[in-house]
Amino acid sequence: MTGFMRQPLAEVSRRAPHWLQSLQGRGLAHWQGKALPTRRLEPWKYTSLQALRDDYQLAPLAAVAPASLPDALAEGFGGPRLVFVDGVFQAGLSELTALDGLCVSRFENASDEQARRIAEHLDTCFDPDEHLFAALNTAMLRDGVFVEIADDAQTDQPLQVLWLVQAPESATAMNQRLLVLAGHNSRASIVEHFADLGGAEASFCSGVTELILAPGADLSYYRLHEEQGDAIHIGGVHARLHRDARLSGFHLALGSVLKRLDLRVEPAGPGAHASLNGVYLPRGEEHIDYHTSIEHTAPDCSSDEVFRGIVADRATAVFNGRIHIHPDAQKTRAQLSNRNLLTSAEAEVNSKPELEIYADDVQCAHGATVARLDELALHYLRTRGVARAEAEVMLSFGFINELIDGIALEPLRRYLRPRLARRFARDEKLARHLL
Amino acid sequence: MLEIENLHAQVEGREILRGLDLAIEAGEVHAIMGPNGSGKSTLGHILAGRPGYTVTCGRVTFNGENLLDMETEERARSGVFLAFQYPVEIPGVSNMEFLKAAVDAMREQRGEKALDAVTFMKRAREVCKAVSLPAEFLKRGVNEGFSGGEKKRNELVQMMLLEPRLCLLDETDSGLDIDALQVVARGVNAMRDSQRTFVLVTHYQRLLNYIEPDRVHVLAEGRIVRSGDKDLALHLEDHGYTWLEDEVA
Repeated sequence: MTGFMRQPLAEVSRRAPHWLQSLQGRGLAHWQGKALPTRRLEPWKYTSLQALRDDYQLAPLAAVAPASLPDALAEGFGGPRLVFVDGVFQAGLSELTALDGLCVSRFENASDEQARRIAEHLDTCFDPDEHLFAALNTAMLRDGVFVEIADDAQTDQPLQVLWLVQAPESATAMNQRLLVLAGHNSRASIVEHFADLGGAEASFCSGVTELILAPGADLSYYRLHEEQGDAIHIGGVHARLHRDARLSGFHLALGSVLKRLDLRVEPAGPGAHASLNGVYLPRGEEHIDYHTSIEHTAPDCSSDEVFRGIVADRATAVFNGRIHIHPDAQKTRAQLSNRNLLTSAEAEVNSKPELEIYADDVQCAHGATVARLDELALHYLRTRGVARAEAEVMLSFGFINELIDGIALEPLRRYLRPRLARRFARDEKLARHLL
Repeated sequence: MLEIENLHAQVEGREILRGLDLAIEAGEVHAIMGPNGSGKSTLGHILAGRPGYTVTCGRVTFNGENLLDMETEERARSGVFLAFQYPVEIPGVSNMEFLKAAVDAMREQRGEKALDAVTFMKRAREVCKAVSLPAEFLKRGVNEGFSGGEKKRNELVQMMLLEPRLCLLDETDSGLDIDALQVVARGVNAMRDSQRTFVLVTHYQRLLNYIEPDRVHVLAEGRIVRSGDKDLALHLEDHGYTWLEDEVA
């Protein structure tokens, strides 16, 4: 696989503005000369990269985007929206209404001052030697979204960044990057949404997000991965929370042959709190791998993480939940729960909590379970006349619905509920009592 | 309506029912009493088709059909209802979704259209009110975090919405205070009619002060060892089960 991304990397350096080229070089320095991770490495033990190709081409800049969004995506979540197709911004599909206190720009047309701030903060939330694919993303930078939330800004409407995959040609590679600086005592919501337009044949997406929360900032960050088919996504979210900052939100991953998502959150200032919830629902032959890591480096912080997975057919899932409590992080309260439901005998999940605790005055609890549908609950529903197939759909949906109900952003709940309920029903009728 | 002949059944390889015979006519109320471990709950589970409960011998006919040949949901749709002694908690599935799915299944069986959401909601609220269960419980997960008494009332809500022909109440009175007991009794009495049959499995005669049975049976060692009218329950209350030991042996 020596040719992996060689052509896109060579081409992208010619497409970027000068100041971005120096950032690209920074990423490239970490990427170049390294071998792709193999399953012999612990973080990749259950995820094979064999599906990656060595003939990826950079998505064309001038591809013809559709005139309108697909119906399911058209409604949005009640705020402004930036739409990209194959990594290229689409003004015609975007809704750029202003939100008080939110400054949204793109790397491509950043002012000198914005460029300076992007360069200052980009790549500061992860170690590029540890997160090789994040370094690749930096090496591939051409455009991206830069969001600055002003100090004390309070916004109720969410900003949506919609990354669509069209990939008219086979083996198209694209880059997606978001940098958020949330100001002191600000409050805002961002939905980052990845979906495809039906093609996406053998595409490769790299979506990397960095969230930097100033003291007292309160950010709700939602990330939905809905790319289908043989679209591959390797990306992640890296967040740093300063004093008394608060990060919450929800993660969803559905579909496609390979998704690997690294979520790294560092409560780095005293009093910071991170809540990380999500669901993954692979089926068919799909594979979804969430590697989450909470790095407690400061005292008096808390984290609360709940992930649930339903794995169907011959699909496979990986959940690695790491909690790392550094020596200075006294009085940390950390909780992690990962529950999995296997709905077929051939489905597989590898769930691994990983605790590293170097402080002595902490409270840390974790649990992981793998189970099948509760036979007694199934029986109970059937004793009320509900057919077995419908009861299975209700119980599967119920397993994740507790987390859906916990989503603070109401338009997002409204979007997800019918989509996910239908997902468990081979026949639409079986989901009718959940819609 | 219900005929049970020589029923033998096992749970986890242990024989619990050992030749049980029972015949019940439409419109009757029968009470089944008996010491712990005599098989009272097993009988309810066998009739409802619970996995792990195996019939090894005997016949059960319900309205002329072989009940034991039917899937659990088919039994429910043909009118068999078991109010569980320990109702199951199902977090994530709202009580409302669950009740509507159940009612729609029954209506479909009868060839009727599914109720629209507004009509159903109105009906569900009425039924909740009748058993003194606050309507907020419709929005919660099925039995999730309900107290013992609330779970029993929720069983009654289901029974009243589904309007079954055969209602098996498995110790619905256990753990209820006197007010809740009267709520249950009122619910059952309101549903009594010439076409509906009740089987009350109970440890206590006091339920029968409020729901007057046509017949009382004593189940011991997996068989009916004595049957009588409501006075039999009063006699058991005073004398316990030891005087029946001869019959058991």
